[in-house]
Amino acid sequence: MTSTVADHHHDEVPKGISRWLFTTNHKDIGTLYLWFAFIMFLVGGAMSLIIRTELFQPGLQVVDPHFFNQMTTVHALVMVFGAVMPGFVGFANWMIPMMIGAPDMALPRLNNWSFWLLPPAALLLIISLFVPGGGPAAGWTLYPPLSSQGGMGVDFTIFTVHLLGMSSILGSINIIATILNMRAPGMTLMKMPLFVWTWLITAFLLLAAIPVFAGAVTMLLTDRHFGTAFFDPAGGGDPVLFQHIFWFFGHPEVYILILPAFGIISQVIPTFSRKPLFGYTSMVFASVAIAFLSFIVWAHHMYTVGMPLSGELFFMYATMLIAIPTGVKIFNWLATMWRGSMTFETPMLYAIACVALFTVGGLTGLTMSITPADFQYHDTYYIVAHFHYTIFAGSVLGMLAGVYYWLPKWTGHMYDETLGKWHFWLTVIGFNITFFPQHFLGLAGMPRRIPDYALQFADFNQVSTIGAFIMGFAQLILLVVVVKAIRGGKEASSEVWENPEGLEWTVPSPPPYHTFATPPQVR
Amino acid sequence: MIVSRLMQLTGKVLSVTGIAGLWIFPANVQAEWKVNLQRPITEIARVQYDLHMMIMAIITVIALIVFAVMFYSIIRFRKSKGAQPAKFTHSTKAEVLWTVIPTLILIGMAVPSTKALLLMEDTTESDMVVKVTGFQWGWHYDYMEENVSFYSMLATPQSQITGSETKGENYLLEVNNHLVLPLGKKVRFLLTAKDVIHAWWVPQLGGKKDAIPGFINEMWVRADETGIFRGQCAELCGKDHGYMPIVVEVVDDAQYQAWLEGRRNQG
Repeated sequence: MTSTVADHHHDEVPKGISRWLFTTNHKDIGTLYLWFAFIMFLVGGAMSLIIRTELFQPGLQVVDPHFFNQMTTVHALVMVFGAVMPGFVGFANWMIPMMIGAPDMALPRLNNWSFWLLPPAALLLIISLFVPGGGPAAGWTLYPPLSSQGGMGVDFTIFTVHLLGMSSILGSINIIATILNMRAPGMTLMKMPLFVWTWLITAFLLLAAIPVFAGAVTMLLTDRHFGTAFFDPAGGGDPVLFQHIFWFFGHPEVYILILPAFGIISQVIPTFSRKPLFGYTSMVFASVAIAFLSFIVWAHHMYTVGMPLSGELFFMYATMLIAIPTGVKIFNWLATMWRGSMTFETPMLYAIACVALFTVGGLTGLTMSITPADFQYHDTYYIVAHFHYTIFAGSVLGMLAGVYYWLPKWTGHMYDETLGKWHFWLTVIGFNITFFPQHFLGLAGMPRRIPDYALQFADFNQVSTIGAFIMGFAQLILLVVVVKAIRGGKEASSEVWENPEGLEWTVPSPPPYHTFATPPQVR
Repeated sequence: MIVSRLMQLTGKVLSVTGIAGLWIFPANVQAEWKVNLQRPITEIARVQYDLHMMIMAIITVIALIVFAVMFYSIIRFRKSKGAQPAKFTHSTKAEVLWTVIPTLILIGMAVPSTKALLLMEDTTESDMVVKVTGFQWGWHYDYMEENVSFYSMLATPQSQITGSETKGENYLLEVNNHLVLPLGKKVRFLLTAKDVIHAWWVPQLGGKKDAIPGFINEMWVRADETGIFRGQCAELCGKDHGYMPIVVEVVDDAQYQAWLEGRRNQG
């Protein structure tokens, strides 16, 4: 690969603010995405601490119920659309070109635009909290007619969704174009790292699902301002129609949030087990199966709306099927660890916690697929516990595994292992203290989205709030770890870990501004 | 029969593993730290409860197996203990096994679930009909054949909510007018709403159902014991969503008739 250094002047890194504003470099754009996601993660986390503070005791102490509803709504929107989705796009930007041996993303200018759509979108959402009538307060699902009652903040949210949706669609087009066209010679589809595979599938899910959501909120907008009655029963509309459209987007969306994390831990676990990934082919097919099933199970989010019996049966059976490919993935990770030679650096700790806790979330998900039982679980804290075990323990812990795994590659410095372990243990212990008791609260009958509760729920709520503060403040450690690694520390070799698999480990750490100007040969 | 066998097994597994974390807390505080579904008092709620316990037992066993394998690997196959990595990358036998076994378990779960659903959705041959209308923020009940209807709203005083007065035993779960139902009668509910979507839920009577403006949903309840049973709106419906409780009072037939008479006289 001597020819890669031929074009030397390209390696000059632009200086100042214009480097970030006008960048078309996948690494810079990846960095922007990751910082944006981290800031949103802290903003959304702060909102969840407001929620947990109010719920520390029964009665109203800190906020009024309307503001409480805004907090639950905006917390969810910020975390889903501001933290987790952009975070994974950041990983895609940084890693996909380096993993497939491409010099950059296929559409670099589009790449710049899809990032710079995000900050205005996020601002719009945050500003909505300060306009007359306050921010959206109908839950992140924005169900009408309740969302039709809201003030200007709901319109702000609709435009936020439009912008974020545009960004996601452009990003997905870019990722698909990159993966399908820019692989190095010899990098066949079935040789791609699993992270690239899961992102390819995720990008197709985004392309199919996001426009549906954009359509739904646009119909909401015209209902609110232009005299249509898609969802307004007074005008002959159908409020349940919105739920069907929303969840036709919403269920693929939850796999959009989890598949890239599956990809990341499928990279991390083999490295620290010193053993190739078990069942690569079945991993790929399981991901495709999950993606397919995600489009035919949406109504399991709405068993209680009063569907015909045949509908309830269909959605129950289809939903139960998801357990099979998901199980295959979990068993494959276990089999990768089986008879390996494991070490437990921070990325591996996060990957193991991700598998263990996602198993809990997946299994409670199975209980909810059972329609008759779900009539008890639906809209309770049991659901809140479940989806935090999937989205936090699955997506976010998976993402954190990736951060620690590739941070030495990105910065050229090893991170502080002691601080990393502190971050890990506080996060995981805090997480379980926060969310495990919520299973009990939900089963005992506490509905979700209430600012105040009956006395029998007081004890577990206090425990949960204490856990939330541990988990929340632990995230500041991550900030310290990342800043320290950027500033300096032990130099990282190009391999970083012991014989890791993948092209990203063949370039120096940190990689030069442009990598693989001449494609590598993959055997 | 498989189902009843599973039920027995469920009971055993639960008592051994203490599924819901009961073992974390000493027995004397279990009354406070409620960890499971409320005690069912209708056939539907009982069926839901049994299904729930069966699935909980299954997923507990699966989780324990996954964790056992995981922790065994973590302890046994670590580099610091000199573990040498194996080279295998797949095993068709294992992969077929862990696809087929879950499929069989799922089928085993689907059969009783389907039966339960058929039972719940059968609203025929009801003895009486009550129309439930949700609104922001309370409930309206209409005994359609009896010419009795009334509103039912939160009875907890504001002072308890803001904390200037001590909170009562049934804080937030008390209403001015109870929904009174006769013991052992199949009551068909028709649910709708005036403004936004609400959901009517009394855990001990069974599952919840959405009350949706422009729609009429159905569900049924047959209470097997007398007493007072409490629940809440379960679908976010705006500012006071947390403040629209439901209280059902089940009485015997004579008391029910007397109550109806009294209601009619109130006008």
